[in-house]
Amino acid sequence: MTLSPDEYQALWLSVKVATWCVLLGLIPAIGLAWLLARCEFWGKSLVEALVMLPLVLPPVVPGYLLLLLFGRQGAIGAWLDQYGIQVAFHWTGAVLASLVMCLPLFVQSIRLSLQQQDIRLEQAAQLLGASRLRVFFTVTLPLCWSGILVGAVLAFGRSLGEFGATITFVGNINGETRTLPLAIYSAIQNPAGEALALRLIALSVLMALAALLLGNWLNQRHQSRLGHRHA
Amino acid sequence: MLEFDLKLRRGEFELDMQAQMHQPITLILGASGSGKSTLLALLAGLLNAELLKARYGQIHLNQRVLFDHQNSINQPSHLRRIGLMWQDGQLFPHLNVQQNIEYGYRLLKPEQRKIQPKQLIELLDIGHLLQRRPRHLSGGEKQRVALCRTLLASPELLLLDEPLTALNPSLKQPILGFLKTIPTQFGIPLLYVTHQLEDCEVLAGEVWQCSAGRLVLIH
Repeated sequence: MTLSPDEYQALWLSVKVATWCVLLGLIPAIGLAWLLARCEFWGKSLVEALVMLPLVLPPVVPGYLLLLLFGRQGAIGAWLDQYGIQVAFHWTGAVLASLVMCLPLFVQSIRLSLQQQDIRLEQAAQLLGASRLRVFFTVTLPLCWSGILVGAVLAFGRSLGEFGATITFVGNINGETRTLPLAIYSAIQNPAGEALALRLIALSVLMALAALLLGNWLNQRHQSRLGHRHA
Repeated sequence: MLEFDLKLRRGEFELDMQAQMHQPITLILGASGSGKSTLLALLAGLLNAELLKARYGQIHLNQRVLFDHQNSINQPSHLRRIGLMWQDGQLFPHLNVQQNIEYGYRLLKPEQRKIQPKQLIELLDIGHLLQRRPRHLSGGEKQRVALCRTLLASPELLLLDEPLTALNPSLKQPILGFLKTIPTQFGIPLLYVTHQLEDCEVLAGEVWQCSAGRLVLIH
């Protein structure tokens, strides 16, 4: 399968955006998951609903809201503009759009993993003299590694496929914001682009499948190290 | 010496326990649901939120105030110097035996370390298990490792929440025999919770009966 430079660029951009999305989402996802799994506080339901909101909204809505906030005239965008930072219609905006759309999946996987953990392991560590922070880094985090991994794979896969929020927020600029789904969309719009669209679709399926298989394999290895049975 | 005066309500269950425990070995006998495990969790500082809601309570250990609601004193569990062992050991599955037993030991300052790992590993006969993961240990081995881990953290009091209930008698007896020697050998008093009378006979300590959230000294 041969790809044109533009197609390679779309592929490379998709991988770059998805990778940054996972890297930047990791700490907020772990923090939010921990907060929702381990803490009781006033307004928790609202925080939970806000985190999950992008999952149930039409993707164009978060995209448009991001544009309102991060556009040159937006509250945050105007401030960033003073420092020469542009997010809207820039590949970094594609990362932000992906991040917003992926965060619910990322948080939910880690949260489920935290909820399945035996809380007495953390209590045992505390009673051995470990502070809450140390318990978090030496017991909680290593034991929810599989949840983090599954979340990262889902976020990566979701980011590769992100379309609605991205096109609304950063447009479809060849070489700047045209990720694989946008390239597929552009190819479909072109009467002579069917073959190209099919090639890009095949590529998307292969990449998503590879990410899922890798995630599954790493997860099984981790579960087996902990002595859990494979599903 | 352990002293406490605790009141707590959890739904229909009401706990109201006062005691002064001075003996090296203290046993609490009681049926399931009588409040034994709740008491241990309270002493260890694992149910602080509920205790704070109860608006009453005091726990003193060796003249140290661990909890005093009236004076807003509430030591977090990692500073209480209380060890707790459960029925299933609660070994960290991602660490091997050596890393498990050294977990608390490494957190101590050198002058706080009362027991040397080598000595305890020999006494509990777990030297051959050090590189294994908890999933490769039998029930008895897990409990010996958990005991080693807890003791190496040099607690001032060791709480045992039915730690040997799941073991058959042949595995249980040697561990019970070892437990009996802990106060004299390491200077750590035990508070042992069980519903099995025979454990009381072997350990031969002060016995309290726990029933419906109340404690009564019976022996």
